[in-house]
Amino acid sequence: MQFYRSRFSIFGSIPLLFCLYIGASYAESVEEKGLAIAKERIARDTGWGDSYAEMSMILRNSSGQESERKIRVSTLEMQEDGDKGLTVFDEPRDVKGSAFLSFSHSLEPDDQWMYLPALKRVKRIATQNKSGPFMGSEFSYEDMASFELEKFRFTYLRDENYQGESVYVLQQVPLDEYSGYSKQIVWVDKTYYRAVKVEFYDRKNALLKVLELDNYKQFKDKFWRPMRSTMRNVQNGKSTVMLTHKIEFGTGLDESDFNKNSLQRAR
Amino acid sequence: MTSIKTVYSERGSVISKIAFVLGGLATLITGVVKAEVSWTGEGAIEQRYFLQQALETRQPRSQLSGYFKPEIYADWNDGNDSLLFRPFYRLDAEDGERSHGDIRELLWWHGGDSWELKAGIGKVFWGQTESIHLVDVINQTDWIEAIDGEDKLGQPMVSLAWISDYGTFTAFALPYFRERTFPGLDGRLRASYKIDTDNALYESGDEDKHKDWALRWQHTLGDLDLGLSYFTGTAREPIFVPQISETDIRLLPYYRQMDQIGLDALMVAGAWLLKLEAIHRKIGDESFYASVAGFEYTSVGIFNSQYDIGWLMEYQYDDRDELALTVSQNDVMFGMRIGFNDFSGTEVLIGYVQDLDYSQTHSAFLEASSRINDRWKWRLESWLFSGDEPQEPTYYFRRDDYLQASLEYYF
Repeated sequence: MQFYRSRFSIFGSIPLLFCLYIGASYAESVEEKGLAIAKERIARDTGWGDSYAEMSMILRNSSGQESERKIRVSTLEMQEDGDKGLTVFDEPRDVKGSAFLSFSHSLEPDDQWMYLPALKRVKRIATQNKSGPFMGSEFSYEDMASFELEKFRFTYLRDENYQGESVYVLQQVPLDEYSGYSKQIVWVDKTYYRAVKVEFYDRKNALLKVLELDNYKQFKDKFWRPMRSTMRNVQNGKSTVMLTHKIEFGTGLDESDFNKNSLQRAR
Repeated sequence: MTSIKTVYSERGSVISKIAFVLGGLATLITGVVKAEVSWTGEGAIEQRYFLQQALETRQPRSQLSGYFKPEIYADWNDGNDSLLFRPFYRLDAEDGERSHGDIRELLWWHGGDSWELKAGIGKVFWGQTESIHLVDVINQTDWIEAIDGEDKLGQPMVSLAWISDYGTFTAFALPYFRERTFPGLDGRLRASYKIDTDNALYESGDEDKHKDWALRWQHTLGDLDLGLSYFTGTAREPIFVPQISETDIRLLPYYRQMDQIGLDALMVAGAWLLKLEAIHRKIGDESFYASVAGFEYTSVGIFNSQYDIGWLMEYQYDDRDELALTVSQNDVMFGMRIGFNDFSGTEVLIGYVQDLDYSQTHSAFLEASSRINDRWKWRLESWLFSGDEPQEPTYYFRRDDYLQASLEYYF
């Protein structure tokens, strides 16, 4: 589960050097323009290597009650495949020490395992259930999976002004039949190609959730990450705020930190 | 088979063991000084209420109990060394045998690039199925804790794992055997006679100091998680030898030597998880196969709600004809798991096990839990038994249906 990249479905991991679109000298279709923007978004977020983050999720129900989850997320950028992620739960206390391992893939279903420390047991998760909520939050497993170009069909919709910034508005339609969404509408700023807002539509094409990403910070002079993302479910009135307290890049993680052994000793 | 060679290798292994322990201690001491120590854990109070009057008057109708399970953890050397200490103690108001303590874990872990070493007292889980754990033979069951057999006693061990592209290979040396726990005469969920755990019998002359060995290979191949294991040593499951004296009849646990080969597999197919465990075991003069196979199917957001429902079914088979020892000879388990996906992480698990040989032998269980806040959690558990076949273990529990409510605190 790659919180950073995936929840906004914004960053990608495929080296697409060849796809940097240099100006559109001919009349592009809206599909071509949409794809070009998505590719540029991915190109600008390639090469970050690995990251480690300390985060909280604040869950709010419709009557305003709050509950907090604390997690630590390690992520490894993969060149030929989707990213690998390891999430360790710190709070609530009864799930402390539980850990979640995920290998994202672009076309095949992701591989996911959960480690239950009380039983010392690693359990595989059926990834087709990607529309299920993650830790009771308004983020689904699907929202957490790494963003890959091959997962969507893109369409450019329009230019807009969003909170004083000039943005592209794109539609992306998930190609996976098990996706919980019929489509997503994404607002991408023109300067840095960062997602600033996403609307998620359910399978009946009704607006389900709205994600807003803000407090963007730049790392390694290149990569932008939002320090706050707020997911509001407009159908049930619940919301989840995800906060990043600390994030580091180039922490020396490698593939050996993302297997079932490392899952069992993750703390 | 005590040859000069064995004596020699025994001595060699003692020296290397001492060197190992000293080396380990030195690393530990220098390391722990710099390490940050975390202290967490849980405690709970549990009230059991039995739905029927017991078979014997000395057995209680209700049973109050509590446990404390702290956890101390430290790591150092950039996380390449760690020390984990998890003691456990239960105090039971009715059954003196159930008031017991254990060191669940006291484990030093050291990791290299593609290998890891564990030494001390540890816990290991092998397997994929839910209704029975055939392959999982490293740790002894703390049977007195819960009859689902999921609670385990700490096992003294040294294990070395090598993690490669061909899977993870692990070798275990298990220098000391732990006896299974059983309820005393003042407890419920027990056999008709006292199980005399103070006078256990062993096939091996080394008794509980017999050295057991195990090997395991574990690998993921796309949608398939696969494990192969081998164990040689003292069987964790005893048989019982009746001892009749003038005053009473006792059952002495008798632990035999066994060799077991196990296979465990899980395959993901869409929303389905297909699970299999199979063993071949040679024990005493018996040699048999046993297996369990089944599936788990999960549907999320059922009826347009936030609930998940998981359906489970498993079939257990054992080719031994006479089976006083195991409940799962030709049985089928149905289960349903409901995840509420709410703030409180509310979960309900319901299960039903039917013996296909004896239609009157079945059992059912319910487990439900939910958080009250970040530190407190409630849990409900219930088991119902029906059995009129004295050959089946369920028969002994036929009047032990119970409901248990617990309040858990996490720190």
